[in-house]
Amino acid sequence: MSLYAALVAPFTDFEFMRRALAAIIALSLGGAPIGVFLMLRRMSLVGDAMAHAILPGAAIGFLLYGLNLLAMILGGLIAGFLVALLAGVVARSTGLKEDASLATFYLASLALGVTIVSVKGTNIDLLHVLFGNILAMDDQALLVVAFNATITMLVLAVIYRPLVIESVDPLFLRTVSRAGTPAHLAFLALVVINLVSGFQALGTLLSVGLMILPAGTSRFWSRDVTGMISIAVLAAMFSGYAGLVLSFQTRIPSGPAIILVAAVLYVASVLFGSVGGLVRQLFPGRHLEA
Amino acid sequence: MPAQVTLRNVTLGYDRHPAVHHLSGEIVPGALLAVVGPNGAGKSTLFRGLTGILKPLSGLIALGGLDARDIAYLPQIAEIDRSFPITVFDFVGTGLWRATGLFRGIGKPEREKMAKALAAVGLTGFENRIIGTLSGGQLQRLLFARVMLQDARLIVLDEPFNAIDSRTARDLLALVKHWHAEGRTVVAALHDLEMVRANFPETLLLARGPVAWGATEHVLTPDNLHVAMRMCEAFDDSAAACIVDPPSRAA
Repeated sequence: MSLYAALVAPFTDFEFMRRALAAIIALSLGGAPIGVFLMLRRMSLVGDAMAHAILPGAAIGFLLYGLNLLAMILGGLIAGFLVALLAGVVARSTGLKEDASLATFYLASLALGVTIVSVKGTNIDLLHVLFGNILAMDDQALLVVAFNATITMLVLAVIYRPLVIESVDPLFLRTVSRAGTPAHLAFLALVVINLVSGFQALGTLLSVGLMILPAGTSRFWSRDVTGMISIAVLAAMFSGYAGLVLSFQTRIPSGPAIILVAAVLYVASVLFGSVGGLVRQLFPGRHLEA
Repeated sequence: MPAQVTLRNVTLGYDRHPAVHHLSGEIVPGALLAVVGPNGAGKSTLFRGLTGILKPLSGLIALGGLDARDIAYLPQIAEIDRSFPITVFDFVGTGLWRATGLFRGIGKPEREKMAKALAAVGLTGFENRIIGTLSGGQLQRLLFARVMLQDARLIVLDEPFNAIDSRTARDLLALVKHWHAEGRTVVAALHDLEMVRANFPETLLLARGPVAWGATEHVLTPDNLHVAMRMCEAFDDSAAACIVDPPSRAA
């Protein structure tokens, strides 16, 4: 098999592969920067928790309209916003830490979601909800993903400064601006939007993978936020492309293939990354003069 | 002269427990005020009240027409997440928030201001360093540079000279005096009594409640310091609601 046949032909020959690639590029543009901020704000697991939290909403959409994407996305959005807001409000108005607050909400949501799906659906429905199918992106799903990526980038541009300052020096931000809390809530909303966005492609369990793994990768190649965001987006896009090719050639399911490639990139970065990678630490070279 | 800051029977605290109890007094424009007291005396809490981060449990803090943006606040170093990957240049740039807000770009005049502020604290050449690689003294210098950029009328410094060497402390103290000479109001929490006696004309000795407030030589007396040292730090969980009417100082 020629290199062209292996790496390019799947996309020139099949429309569903082109759609999948377009979807993954849009998901990378929106999700990867969000993942970087989740990581830097020590909220990596919060993304995971939120992913579980959107399940009951999607499940109620499924219960009412069957496997209708729009209904499930809308339900997921509502559930995600509710949990994000409630957890955020509980954390900011009581002494409970945000992660603990979210953990309680998401565990309840996950149990509720699986219960609702199993009331009406089959095990296959449950699998679809949990793991998605990026090879079945129709026009509607593509539009939703592209729309979400656009919204994400616009909102992120607006809240970028307060988000950065609040991460470094929250007290300072509170003295110069009231933007801290709205920025944080908008950020949580973006987390939800991107999880729901990845929902059709990768499922509730894996959609967070395309946010967090590239973010983790980027930490080993750049020292500042801007660099990390750029690298994370590229890493996510590459994972998507390589995962799709891998899936096409080997029949590994597409969602797990994409996340596995992202995981391999991450492990390689842990080992060989130029910023704090293990090999670099073992063989640092001679110390400098100044 | 109307007061820059008026505190009228202010109680600040957390969860109904007072950390600063019944404080009244005035800070005049251009004052150079040291706030002295043992750990847990309520200095940081008072500053959070002055900067609007914490609302008083009771009483009134009047800022004489100052907007929140006219106040520059230097938090304790411990409040800063030094693991966040931000460069010295970007960090000091946050001091321009009043001018730039959410969107406005950092143009040439702003860059010059930032370079000047970094030069004034001796951090030229550090622009591209990540703040996590700075020493404690260097980070404190950076915080001072940010205060300079804020160009505020009221400057609140929370323990600005803690854990830094004497040379850095001397340099930064010179900046504080410079701000005072420019007519800005400066309030600083300090532990070094000799430094306070030598440089700060006015002192508030705080121990949850005010022990004394006035000219430094009259405040930092052995008797007053003894009273402050005996302050009870612990919150009393079974404390009754406070109904004491304190002596009015401001009136």
